[in-house]
Amino acid sequence: MNRKYMFAFIAVLVLFLIAWIGASIGLQWLFGVAVPYLAVLIFVVGFTRKVLGWSRSAVPFAIPTTGGQAKSFDWIQDAKLDNPSSKFGVFMRMVLEVFAFRSLFRNTRMKLKEGKLFYQLEIFLWVGALAFHYAFLTVVLRHMRFFLEPVPWCLQMLETVDSFFRIEIIYPQFQFGLPAVYLSGIVLLAAVVYLAVRRIVIPSVRYISLASDYFPLILIFGIAFTGIMMRYVAKIDINAAKQLTLGLVTLHPTVPDGIGAIFYIHLFFVCTLLAYFPFSKLMHLGGIFLSPTRNMLGNTRAYRHVNPWNYPVHVHSYDEYEEEFREKMVEAGLPVDKPLEAAAETAAGKE
Amino acid sequence: MAEAKPKPKDVLDQLNYQPPRADWMDTPVEIRKGMYCYASNPKSVATLGLPNARPWNPTDEDWKLPENWQQIIHEGFKERLERFRSFKVFMDICVRCGACADKCHYFIGTGDPKNMPVLRAELLRSVYRNDFSRMGKILGKLNGARPMSVNVLKEWWYYLFQCSECRRCSLFCPYGIDTAEITIMGRELLNLLGLNIDWIATPVSNCYMNGNHLGIQPHAFKDMLDFFVDDIEEKTGVRVKPKYMKKGADILFITPSGDVFADPGTYTAMGYMMLFHYLEEKYGLDITWSTYASEGGNFGFFTSHETMKRLNSKMYAEAKRLKVKWILGGECGHMWRVINQYMDTMNGPADFLDVPVNPITGTRFEQARSNKMVHITEFTADLIRNGKLDLTPSRNDYMKVTYHDSCNPARGMGLFEEPRYVIQNVCNHFYEMPPNTIREQTFCCGSGSGLNAGENMELRLAGGLPRGNAVKHVQDSYGVNMLATICAIDRAVLPTLVDYWAPGVQVTGVHEMVANALNLSGQNERSTNLRGEEIEDLKAQSEGNADE
Repeated sequence: MNRKYMFAFIAVLVLFLIAWIGASIGLQWLFGVAVPYLAVLIFVVGFTRKVLGWSRSAVPFAIPTTGGQAKSFDWIQDAKLDNPSSKFGVFMRMVLEVFAFRSLFRNTRMKLKEGKLFYQLEIFLWVGALAFHYAFLTVVLRHMRFFLEPVPWCLQMLETVDSFFRIEIIYPQFQFGLPAVYLSGIVLLAAVVYLAVRRIVIPSVRYISLASDYFPLILIFGIAFTGIMMRYVAKIDINAAKQLTLGLVTLHPTVPDGIGAIFYIHLFFVCTLLAYFPFSKLMHLGGIFLSPTRNMLGNTRAYRHVNPWNYPVHVHSYDEYEEEFREKMVEAGLPVDKPLEAAAETAAGKE
Repeated sequence: MAEAKPKPKDVLDQLNYQPPRADWMDTPVEIRKGMYCYASNPKSVATLGLPNARPWNPTDEDWKLPENWQQIIHEGFKERLERFRSFKVFMDICVRCGACADKCHYFIGTGDPKNMPVLRAELLRSVYRNDFSRMGKILGKLNGARPMSVNVLKEWWYYLFQCSECRRCSLFCPYGIDTAEITIMGRELLNLLGLNIDWIATPVSNCYMNGNHLGIQPHAFKDMLDFFVDDIEEKTGVRVKPKYMKKGADILFITPSGDVFADPGTYTAMGYMMLFHYLEEKYGLDITWSTYASEGGNFGFFTSHETMKRLNSKMYAEAKRLKVKWILGGECGHMWRVINQYMDTMNGPADFLDVPVNPITGTRFEQARSNKMVHITEFTADLIRNGKLDLTPSRNDYMKVTYHDSCNPARGMGLFEEPRYVIQNVCNHFYEMPPNTIREQTFCCGSGSGLNAGENMELRLAGGLPRGNAVKHVQDSYGVNMLATICAIDRAVLPTLVDYWAPGVQVTGVHEMVANALNLSGQNERSTNLRGEEIEDLKAQSEGNADE
């Protein structure tokens, strides 16, 4: 058994128990108000500090990864996105990187068969990653309805689209699909399971994975799972929940009765994720924008990039070089700055 | 080098990509013969005034480190996090998705999991988390953090000198994390403790004092080119007259010294000389060589940013002293990453030079308008495009050519079309290797970034497997017998590599092919190529091979 994912699993289990017990023994105020405020504070301060920390570091050299032909002659087509020579090109490269994970789309898988190497397109990680991030984004946006009253039309539209596919299972014993099923929740759950299973099953990925790689996956699984449970199975008093969340954003926190422990577990998971975010790899959300191999111009010979800490260094000057080799140079017929006699005189003068 | 190499088939059969059961942090480094390069010579380290010059041996228990070495590493790490945003961001944002894992030629060739780019970076990240993050400190190993120790240091050294800074992984990384950048920082830190390899340290010291990596002194440098003059005359009947440090020349030409020293690079050097002779005779273009700035390459780049700057400074200094208009650079790999992404920033602005203009064609090289340095394939492509060269490509008909994109001109510059344009105009049979192995996805020769020594041959052959395999593919499919390249390290190492993975293929520089095709006034019947081989014999041989 791999200690790393067991540890991450146990950590999430402990979080679950803390929230469950807390909600059961009447600590609703703590888990419904204090912890969320604290988590948001940690998230905002931590995220900002991290990004400011990065931006305080210098960018001494322009080091874009050039993924295509540089701009050179007008008779040669340049790669405007992969080797951008204009700010617009850089912008588009970043847009595609951030919204379409373009570099990951290039992914291949190497196979060695009978002494020959093959590189096949490996699309699954890209698909899984895209599904995960877009489902997560949709879920986050949908949740804005809990913080806004009245709910803006664009959110309502998003919900309509998200619940476009109707799945309804209605038996006296078991009901599912009322209210309408949100696709994003299901996709998020499926994608997070895929990403976790991939981490465990592929030997090389398992080998490089840390407990801190499994933890956010399992935590997000917990968030999605409790969310789905609340909506479709162990239905909670949605109006009471919204009363609480609206109270949080309007800075008039209230803790209505009877929301149910599962809500507090869900909320506590989310708070943990927020507080954990700035100190973890999840900061790739901010870091991608500052990655010098992607956000810099490729026209480095046409425009000089300035290094803020460029300092003078010891060099071996031509004069020192000629001083050492003058005789040999003259003998070989190489031109020198100081003829032999003049150099000899200077040397004599010094003595 | 004397030891028998294992057979390629055995190497392939033994390749295993299954990682071991034990956690990587619990697997101590084993410094294995054939995989590492010898330790830096203290004399070379001292010449440069770099720290901790002393004799040491990587296989010894005691590396003779300074007493406060841990503090030096910690302080050095901290300083670099502040100086390089790349380093800081790359330490923080990796999600270990594994997309980079099988993109590294050293991983593909060795199966050693610590050669997966992600894990190479984790070697440093683990220490970063321990030293610079609270979460890492509290959670320790669970969060992938570990304190610095002698064993960790040895692991750094071993694996940071098994990375050729080729940037292939950075192309595939969703955040653009560049292992080259991490290796560069790691090697800088190692150099603070005097832990360089000699294959880098001594060339750097040579270049600093004598102007080139090989330590060739000025008169000897001239001797070598004079030897080429005789050679060219023997083969073409034309006596070329290279110029040295001519003040007021139009152009200063700088190329890696490897090309004046070892075959087949020497033929490329002859190619330059013939081209320059042609341009002078026909158009009066005045190009000069320099013995002071007689190195295009820059092994300082593999030592530290500062050392890179110290060596690179000679290019502009010499151009200024000689009062030339602009600089022309020869075929070299990492040289062009330095020129393209570092030189202007480090040692510019080169406001004493003109924006490069080719006086023969009138072309203004806008792409180099700030740093004033033009790549020779750009220069030649422009000449060919404007019909300024008299070429007989059929003299290269015995060649079935494929082209190896060198890592740095590919992923640190984006020079793809110019060399191809030149090649296709000087030969008639050109075949590309599979798309996943060329252009921006090109594979390293396995010996870049100062790892082209003899003692690490096993590493070099393993790292060259993906390239060798692709060459073998075009050899089997199209009868390719010539591998063209624009990198001096390639020319030095690929012959050994293709001999091993694709025997029968030879290696050439692009300007050797240009010179073979180029017609000089007053030339003889040109029945041989620059290597002195009878072209008709080669043609018959090549056709014979194709018939089989």
